[in-house]
Amino acid sequence: MLAINWFKYSAPTTFYGLAGRLVPWFAGASVILFVAGLYIGFFVAPTDAVQSEAYRIMFIHVPASILSMFIYLVMAGYAALGLIFNTRLSSMMATALAPTGALFTFIALWSGALWGKPMWGAWWVWDARLTSELILLFLYLGFISLHASIDDPRRADRAAALLAIVGSVNVPIIYFSVKWWNTLHQGATIKFSGTSMHVAMQQALFTMLLACWAYAVAMALLRVRSIILERERTTQWVQDLPEVRS
Amino acid sequence: MFGLLGLVVRRDLVLAMRRRADVLTTLIFFIMVVSLFPLGVGPEPEMLRKMAPGVVWVAALLSSMLSLGRMFSADYQDGTLEQMLLVPQSLSVLVLGKILAHWMVSGLPLVLMAPVLGLQFDMTAQALGVLVLGLLLGTPILSMIGAVGAALTLGLRGGGVLVSLLVLPLCIPVLIFGSGAVEAAISGMNYASHLALLAAILLLALVFTPWVTAQALRISME
Repeated sequence: MLAINWFKYSAPTTFYGLAGRLVPWFAGASVILFVAGLYIGFFVAPTDAVQSEAYRIMFIHVPASILSMFIYLVMAGYAALGLIFNTRLSSMMATALAPTGALFTFIALWSGALWGKPMWGAWWVWDARLTSELILLFLYLGFISLHASIDDPRRADRAAALLAIVGSVNVPIIYFSVKWWNTLHQGATIKFSGTSMHVAMQQALFTMLLACWAYAVAMALLRVRSIILERERTTQWVQDLPEVRS
Repeated sequence: MFGLLGLVVRRDLVLAMRRRADVLTTLIFFIMVVSLFPLGVGPEPEMLRKMAPGVVWVAALLSSMLSLGRMFSADYQDGTLEQMLLVPQSLSVLVLGKILAHWMVSGLPLVLMAPVLGLQFDMTAQALGVLVLGLLLGTPILSMIGAVGAALTLGLRGGGVLVSLLVLPLCIPVLIFGSGAVEAAISGMNYASHLALLAAILLLALVFTPWVTAQALRISME
């Protein structure tokens, strides 16, 4: 039987090269998908009957909100892996994902405010979903600043991991907030049982979602490469790398 | 198990009673923050009555942050905490004892003081009752969530500010349901659901936070 080493890429040494090869693919895919998604969103998708042109903000708002929650779960998952199995790379991935997640949370809040002004007549309302998304931003910032304020990287990884896991109780609260509380923020339009949305709008939305996802992956891989270099700077293999030696 | 719990609680209470000034500062801070609001926004009784639950709850949240740094730091500095990690009994029970003692010292006085402050805001007797009940359920949660933050930031430079940044977002649900219960009581609606949710959070926190805090202490002490 062919023996596959499942754990080959769990070592920073090998993952560094793999990440370097993957980054251009994800970055390229993200650019193409962004252009395609924005084109469909702006020129193909029809004007909304109720919200007129302003609804097009959702093409960035919805993917950013979905990813803000998704990245948090992935980050907490990596953090938990790092905490349980004591794998260095998992903790590095969690650290690498946090700034991108915080960025998407911020974009979701910002674009939501821009949409809220013409639709609700207010930049901000104290609605359950908005509040819980704001808490998510605070959780990301807490994760980043806790990690930054502990000097020993291993202790920083483990402490931040525990915080990320505790904070992940917030994600289901955000997701179900529009269902549990009857609030101003509208509920989900796209469901597994089908949707009332125009086909072109769906296409634009999914293309933008994929674009944001590819962007997040590219950024996380790029950042994890820097983190690997920084943490392993004393090792021989890093010294031997062509980009380090030059 | 309960013997250990009682022992830790008694020990921490005795220590706190030896340094009574620390206990009083939290309470005085609470009273001052609440009393500053009428000075800041003006003394119209109508508005004050509306603001009261939120003001008292926010002040309670802030003053509970103030005392978090003390929960483990003294034991950490004189090496007691290291000995506590070595005992054969469960560290979670030990931590629960410390949390309980911390609540009795810094949370319970706030609960007892809240009705007097509520009178400053011209709250009705029923609203005061709900406020006290909510605080009674809510302040232990603040101590428990705070314990996780305090354990994670143990011995860090600038830990005091950091612990607020970590703990405050997680405490927001307590604030929402706690002040929501009083607002519901004032406007004549059913407030039991808010209190039931607070009680549910309390039970969940009681199960999970001592263990999480124990893990955080192990991370911080290694």
